Amino acid sequence: MNSTFPSILKRYSSALQIAPLGLVILLFLVGPVIVIGIFSFYKYTGFFMVPGFVTENYEEVFFSANTWATYFETLKLVLITLVLTFVFGFILAYYLVFDIVQFRWKIFLFLLTIVPFWTSGVIRMISWIPFLGKEGLINRAIMGIGLSDQPLEFLLFSDFAVIVSYVHMFTLFMAAPLFNVMAKIDRSLIEAARDSGANGIQILLNIIIPMCKPGIAIGTIFVLTLVAGDFTVVRVLSGSQAGSVSIAMANQIKVLQYPFACASAVVLLIVLLLIVGGIMRVIDVRKQL
Amino acid sequence: MTKLTDSSNKKIISRRTMLKGSAAALSVAAATGVGGFPTLWAQDIKDIEIRMLGSAVTHQKPLEEMAVADTGLNIQQTVVDFGTIMQRVATQPRGWDIAEPAYQQLPGVWPLGNCRAVDTRRLKHWDKVIGLYKSPGKIWDDASYGQGMNPSLFNYTSTEDGTDFAAPESTPWLTLLPGNHNADTLGARLDIIGRPIESWAEFINPEFAGRTGLQNYPDIGLMDVAMAMEAAEMITYSNKGDMTLEEIDFTFNYMVDLKKKGHFRAFWTTFMESVNFMLSGETVIQSMWSPAVTVVKSNGVPCVYLDLKEGYRSWTIGSLISKHVEDGKKLDAIYDLFDWYYSGPAGAYFARQGYYMPTPEHTRKYLDPYEWDFWYEGKAATQDINNPFGQKLEPAGALRDGGSWKNRMGRVAVWNSTMKENAYVIKRWNEFLTA
Repeated sequence: MNSTFPSILKRYSSALQIAPLGLVILLFLVGPVIVIGIFSFYKYTGFFMVPGFVTENYEEVFFSANTWATYFETLKLVLITLVLTFVFGFILAYYLVFDIVQFRWKIFLFLLTIVPFWTSGVIRMISWIPFLGKEGLINRAIMGIGLSDQPLEFLLFSDFAVIVSYVHMFTLFMAAPLFNVMAKIDRSLIEAARDSGANGIQILLNIIIPMCKPGIAIGTIFVLTLVAGDFTVVRVLSGSQAGSVSIAMANQIKVLQYPFACASAVVLLIVLLLIVGGIMRVIDVRKQL
Repeated sequence: MTKLTDSSNKKIISRRTMLKGSAAALSVAAATGVGGFPTLWAQDIKDIEIRMLGSAVTHQKPLEEMAVADTGLNIQQTVVDFGTIMQRVATQPRGWDIAEPAYQQLPGVWPLGNCRAVDTRRLKHWDKVIGLYKSPGKIWDDASYGQGMNPSLFNYTSTEDGTDFAAPESTPWLTLLPGNHNADTLGARLDIIGRPIESWAEFINPEFAGRTGLQNYPDIGLMDVAMAMEAAEMITYSNKGDMTLEEIDFTFNYMVDLKKKGHFRAFWTTFMESVNFMLSGETVIQSMWSPAVTVVKSNGVPCVYLDLKEGYRSWTIGSLISKHVEDGKKLDAIYDLFDWYYSGPAGAYFARQGYYMPTPEHTRKYLDPYEWDFWYEGKAATQDINNPFGQKLEPAGALRDGGSWKNRMGRVAVWNSTMKENAYVIKRWNEFLTA
């Protein structure tokens, strides 16, 4: 007995170890998604939901010009945010990895970038309003030094404000995986390239960026899902004037159009899974982990 | 709960506190009458917990404390937004005993059969309730009836278990107990605009391009623009509270135009957003709710709640009883609470925030004459006007924005409504946001 019991434990130890997390995911992620999937086929008549299996909700999603418009808006925000977070995240990671010599300082400075996360994301987002508003800090400064006699209105309640906040909030999600993969690049590779006569830009384009691909992929997945699923930032900083996939869903839920909102959610989930799947296919993320 | 002193009662409290930890456990206990320990039903009326679900308009801590002190009932209020009230009434009827939606949400929730009718014969003060909720559908003979969902048309149901709407006073059964009502209009910074604003048409005046704020609520935001378009003589609606598809299209097409021209500075979704837009100078004219204007003013910014010649967009709130409240002590307690709401103190409390309860006769008894004159009669304040918390709202000599109760509720242009074409309105609104 004494010997068999631990051996059973050993045999199933990995299963046991993932069981708690697996259970949580099953109960609170997979379960609800299945429920959403079922509801998305319910019939919806005016104010009532009737159990059933109809495809009307999906037809409504696919054949509505508005769906395409909201997806276009959301994708536009995703792409702009991706480019900007990549540029800023890459510069940050590059600086930490290659320009800071002491390992201790690298880690310390990297940890410093996490400090803003000690405050709530909502507060960091809302704090842009007094900054960018008509009578905000920037406009006062611009008018104060005589650059313009009218406040610049595009600063707030615009796509500009939304993207500023996204970049502010999400750059670290890009920088961290980049930092991680960049730190693993073997310095001798770079020295070899330099010895062979490559200049700085060639090293960057042909060695560093290609070797950062897994980091870019992981960062992209983070930023993509954060932006595509965002509801608060785009509403508050666009002054509710921008449409996005999640805002359209929220408006449907407000008036109990659950089946339609569920169908939209399923479509968004599939679109995101396809994009993430595509990224994983092009770049072997696991290789670098 | 301070009244409970002896040890046997303390035990009950601890049991009940345990129960409170889980709303689910409580509703199971309430529904099945779990044995083994004294159920809630067996207790004295004061030990019955009434779970209320409502908005910040009707659910305020000081008022809850007043109700508890006066009735001895144990009241648990949960504050959520109106969308959430609707969702919980529709999907979690066991999670609340009283829910307080706005009347325009009734077509969405009442036919679901999750609520039980209110018996007017059990309401002590029903005879004092104003005609707005009875067959006249208005408070004074010479008042306007208003387009859209007049509250009287949605306040009655045919039987105790009805899921329909019946003609006013054709039955003793109410869909819900009438609560606060008021009239909304536009708020404006006349100090910046520099001239009087007298018509809703100014809401779409190009003079205010980039300085106009609209509320981000498809149903009533649409109506604010419709009021303006009708005032500007662009269109005459058959019924602003229940537009035809053509009217909806015409209105939204113009709204998209306005948006593309940059007419709207921003849309606000929360009460505090509307306050901040005005305070920070982002907008000079916008959709607004009455207490938001008060908050702006108390911050030293002279915002005016406009009295416009086309009238007001009015609304009212009420209290639904959950289907899962069975006959017995709990229902008795709910009727006791309803009687208290109509008895005066609550009316006075709400009056000092600018809202009106349906039993003004009783409200008046709990207001000082100068307060009644200010809030209801629209007369100049003879002394400082305080809110229910004792903070000064207006100095002596001030007039209430929007004038008297009669000036507001007598000139209802349209009631907050859910249109028959609501699904289409939501669709067009979502398109409007992406335009």
